[in-house]
Amino acid sequence: MHIYILKRIVQVIPVLLLVTLITFSLVHLTPGDPAIMRAGEDATAEQVESIREAMGLNLPVHVQYLNWIGGLFRGDLGYSLQDGRPVFITLIRRLPATIQLVIASFIVSIGIGLPVGILSAVKQNTMADSIARIFALLGLSMPNFWIGLMLMLLFSYRLRLLPASGSGTLLHLIMPAIALGLPAAGVITRLTRSSMLEVLKEDYIRTAQSKGLKNKTVIYKHALKNAMLPVVTVIGIQLGSRLGGSVIIESVFAYPGIGRFAYLRLLARDYPMIMGNLLIFAFIFILINLLTDILYGFIEPRIRYE
Amino acid sequence: MQSTDKDRANKKMNRPDEVQKEKRSMSFRQDAFRRFKKSPTAIIGLIIVIIFIGLAVLGPYITPHNPFEQNILNAHQGPSSDFWLGTDFFGRDILSRIIYGARISLMVGLSVVFLRAIIGIIVGLIAGYYGGWIENILMRIVDAFIAFPGIILAMAIMAIRGQGIENVIIALAVVGWPTFARLVRSEVISLKEREYVWAAKGIGLNDIKIMLNHILPNCLSTIIVYATLGIAYPIIAEAGLSFLGLGATPQQATWGFQMSLERQYMRTAWWGVTFPGLSLMVVVLGFNLLGDGLRDILDPKMRE
Repeated sequence: MHIYILKRIVQVIPVLLLVTLITFSLVHLTPGDPAIMRAGEDATAEQVESIREAMGLNLPVHVQYLNWIGGLFRGDLGYSLQDGRPVFITLIRRLPATIQLVIASFIVSIGIGLPVGILSAVKQNTMADSIARIFALLGLSMPNFWIGLMLMLLFSYRLRLLPASGSGTLLHLIMPAIALGLPAAGVITRLTRSSMLEVLKEDYIRTAQSKGLKNKTVIYKHALKNAMLPVVTVIGIQLGSRLGGSVIIESVFAYPGIGRFAYLRLLARDYPMIMGNLLIFAFIFILINLLTDILYGFIEPRIRYE
Repeated sequence: MQSTDKDRANKKMNRPDEVQKEKRSMSFRQDAFRRFKKSPTAIIGLIIVIIFIGLAVLGPYITPHNPFEQNILNAHQGPSSDFWLGTDFFGRDILSRIIYGARISLMVGLSVVFLRAIIGIIVGLIAGYYGGWIENILMRIVDAFIAFPGIILAMAIMAIRGQGIENVIIALAVVGWPTFARLVRSEVISLKEREYVWAAKGIGLNDIKIMLNHILPNCLSTIIVYATLGIAYPIIAEAGLSFLGLGATPQQATWGFQMSLERQYMRTAWWGVTFPGLSLMVVVLGFNLLGDGLRDILDPKMRE
């Protein structure tokens, strides 16, 4: 097990390095001079030059990259071009609100996706199954921001039940979480259904049934456990798109998380913030997937010897 | 399932090999058509997609009004017999703008998937065929690209390169190719040990010829299924980018851009955001249904 964990961690290192390289080159290939942006438009040539030196922009590219990487290890992602604040602290402070939203959206999508998927599989080819499948397909075909707008139209403007924007209370979280979670609920429903159907065909299920176990026991104790593996993987992978989706949903609901902040700084072309943001999201994604992999090793021992 | 049952039946009846083979190749096609015709959802998907393509191609000739003509007197009129889906803030007919926008959506969907597939096929073929350190390097690059949430990387590229549909296509292609590469690689790995590949190597064909003529054609059905299922996502992503003002320019009236314009008036004119989003949903649904149907036919392994 130790070897398996160690192997996974070693595999992650080159990916992390590549992520930093992609982020760095993306921003450094862009036209425009960060020093001028930082100095403002009325700055003199000397002022711009001194800022360029202070920011290390006069150095060769590979030295700049190494300096930047060195900074990363100290938790130093540079300073905002817009207000001069340190990137790392500014971003991290906005992370909890987004984590709340993402967790709430997972509750929505798993809360809907799992039971509906199981029901759909157990009652295969019935009316309930057809309805569940149609709703799953509709759910995953809707753009999340449009779901958000429609919810806002209905619950904030028409019925005046929920606040249209902002954060702070549970009520503020309901609509963004549904908008972010509903398309994923469709995916989870479909996956749970197909995974359950596959497992229900296995011999050990027939054995369990034939030795006279109750149907409920067979479904929940034997089948569900084995059907969950692919579902867990996809839930892990969905985290990435969920973080991405938070950018749009947070903007729709003026929700003060890292996503909306990233969007505003993107519009302002605050490059150190953009880089920091890309990195933080990518690192979270890699970390969660590493944890999922390790968890997998515990659940399914065969994987360790791959 | 049906085809394997048939195989088993053939074996049971001890038919001579040749008859069996002919039967199978004929029945595969017939079976496919029969299955497609029998699946109402696939048919609905196909109809939606055909209507969508029709609107995209015929767009400028069939719009009831000029999609760009502004008329402040008509601003924000609700759905009526003259303006079926209402008008926007500038008094433009929303139905006409939706029809016009279909063209851009279709173009984005098709070209993004095409570019993704090309890059993914090249990387996947090379990684899967050569293996070893080449595969290791390429697949770590793939992992790194997948680590970024797609839409954010696309947004960053758009912020850097500026608005415009061409940039949207580039940004979304950059973001999505790695999943294609993974798919092609795993197909290639399972194919490269087949006898006919060994035979091709034996008669001295070079690697490029083997990859293109012997391995690629056998991955095509999987790639086509995946590509069809993959047309929907860039269409949604483009709408998202345009909705945030990081996509199409105002001259390129896309559905997402239309929604971003009308969003602030949503309280009084609900039709402005509702209908473009609804069209988006129907089109994406169409491609998903069609993709599901195609998967059932072309790739029995992937069937639910």
